[in-house]
Amino acid sequence: MQLLPQIAFAILTVIATYLFAKKASEIRRNILLGRDEKISDNAPQRWRNLLLLALGQKKMFKNPLVALMHLIVYGGFIIINIEVLEIVLDGLFGTHRLFAPILGNGYLWLINSFELLAVLVIIVCISFLIRRNIIKLKRFASNDLNGWPRSDANYILFTEIILMLLFLKMNAIDTLLQSRDFGHYAQNITGNFLFSQYYHPILQHFSSESLMVFERICWWMHIAGIYAFLNYLPYSKHLHIILAFPNAYYARLEPQGKMKNMPEIQNEVLYAMQPELAPTETTGENAKKFGAKDIYDLSWKNLLDAYSCTECGRCTTACPANITGKKLSPRLIMMKTRDRAEEVGKSLNKNFTTINKERTLLHDYITAEELRACTTCNACVEACPVSISPVDIIMQLRRYLIMEESNAPQEWNSMFSSIENNFAPWKLSADTRDNWIKDL
Amino acid sequence: MKINTMAEMMANNETPDILFWVGCAGSFDARAQKITKAFATILNKLSIKYAILGKEEACTGDPARRSGNEFLFQMMAYNNIQILNGYGIKKIVTTCPHCYNTLKNEYPELGGNYEVVHHATFLEQLIEEGKIVLKEDHPFSEKNISYHDSCYLGRSNNIYDAPRKVLEALKTELIEMKRCRSNGLCCGAGGAQMFKEDEKGNKRINIERTEEALETGAKVIAAACPFCNTMLLDGIKNKEKENEVAVLDIAELIEQSMI
Repeated sequence: MQLLPQIAFAILTVIATYLFAKKASEIRRNILLGRDEKISDNAPQRWRNLLLLALGQKKMFKNPLVALMHLIVYGGFIIINIEVLEIVLDGLFGTHRLFAPILGNGYLWLINSFELLAVLVIIVCISFLIRRNIIKLKRFASNDLNGWPRSDANYILFTEIILMLLFLKMNAIDTLLQSRDFGHYAQNITGNFLFSQYYHPILQHFSSESLMVFERICWWMHIAGIYAFLNYLPYSKHLHIILAFPNAYYARLEPQGKMKNMPEIQNEVLYAMQPELAPTETTGENAKKFGAKDIYDLSWKNLLDAYSCTECGRCTTACPANITGKKLSPRLIMMKTRDRAEEVGKSLNKNFTTINKERTLLHDYITAEELRACTTCNACVEACPVSISPVDIIMQLRRYLIMEESNAPQEWNSMFSSIENNFAPWKLSADTRDNWIKDL
Repeated sequence: MKINTMAEMMANNETPDILFWVGCAGSFDARAQKITKAFATILNKLSIKYAILGKEEACTGDPARRSGNEFLFQMMAYNNIQILNGYGIKKIVTTCPHCYNTLKNEYPELGGNYEVVHHATFLEQLIEEGKIVLKEDHPFSEKNISYHDSCYLGRSNNIYDAPRKVLEALKTELIEMKRCRSNGLCCGAGGAQMFKEDEKGNKRINIERTEEALETGAKVIAAACPFCNTMLLDGIKNKEKENEVAVLDIAELIEQSMI
């Protein structure tokens, strides 16, 4: 009978890990549906970006108070994982506070700092809930988040608060039972912890037996909650906790203004101008389409961007088109790209061979009107805390619109013909290009 | 005032120190031509040996590329690079951030490698070296100035300080707009928007930016891009403030204040 909880815990751990690994590999597969793109240059700079942008959350510090609050939740998440390690090991070996004898006095210090973090996390999560639901910050009240995305954010904040309360309550009962010299709790006398001791007055009237049951319930709910959280992550915007790191590493290092070259078109122009350079044998590459119509045409980095998006909306708040009421929202560009990748992923789960081509990212998810509103000002790229480029996706879809669908507003078509005929975007004769000299 | 073309220089067996890339706006747009003339005047006053391409210059392809027409961009790039390489151009200075970005960042991988300088950086250097000296009582000495960051100079290429240093030389008060430097708001012209109507919305982008510029109370809105200049000037006219507030390029401010 003694072994029963241990076995139950082991089974729970295996199931939680398996489900997470399965979903993670699906996401990896979905990201790799994207076009191949080699990103391997300048490793030292990439590691620096990973440390500064992902670990150091550099971009968040444009607003220091929010950055600090975010850092607390994040620190809480990372550091309390050390506590989770102890919980997992206790669960598997049937021990209680395994680390206490090993760490000696340091253990009290360690748990006290976890408790401090837990309390700070609760305060911050409550503030975040207030910002989202009572103050209704514009970027959180936005229609972009209608439905699931808005609930997603709130669920996570609530879950964090509950997990932290369970952690504190568990510690409170433990130390109370220690003082009563009850059962195995008395094996490791740690003394009261910084914050959980304030639970004691409420808990005093309960019998030691029922407290023990409470403590076990808190323990199980805490760890089950963490496993649930782990498996919730891949379906949520909170995946950024993990993907912010690779996304910072693979972030583009070139000046933001530089657009990606299309060597296939560069060569086509070259061969048209200098036919002697054209290869004599034609390869089968003519079937390749120009620009992107669907997620398969985007680079895997664009799809990693989509899965890394935390839907914070800093991009959309900075977007001049969005500010002035246009349909374009860079955040929605990323959310729709992820939605489309998930849709394709689901059909792949059902049937490994068929690729869902009934719908496409362009038109079914993102409209030409949204794409045409972009000024390529890169404010969204600058604003993004996790190194996402919505502009890169927008430009590839625009290329498809123009080069594959000849879908351009009339004014752009006349701009094109002016450039072709007069070498300037206006209908003015090339012969008058240097007329300004005459007035000098 | 004599302005040489590359063809004329070649014919005289001369090589200029720099090529002044005028750009389409600077060549054809009536407002932007004034910026071109101001900058050319500065170059002439300082006896800098420069040339333009004249009729041989063509659109860099920026608006074509950003609207999605990569073919047209590649055509323009190919022809421009042929001409630039043909003349053996080493250094280019331009008054247009869009031309600057394309020449500097996008031509190298197509075979066009030049030292490309935007006129903000160029003027900053001339001031620093003491070659440009400003009058004590220049026309703007009593006027405060607010500088509008061009996206293609700022966020695209990280040039924020050079234009500000140029303006500091005027020794007048510089007032920043709420959204400035890397948070600067676009004028609305980039990404080939200059050549079409805004998409449906509740405001034009240039009006949003103009309102912010007017909030500073500055009497001069300074820009370093011919497209920003046009957009902001349209905004000022829309607000009927063109008699109180001037929209000027940094080159114009310097040219009018030079000894």
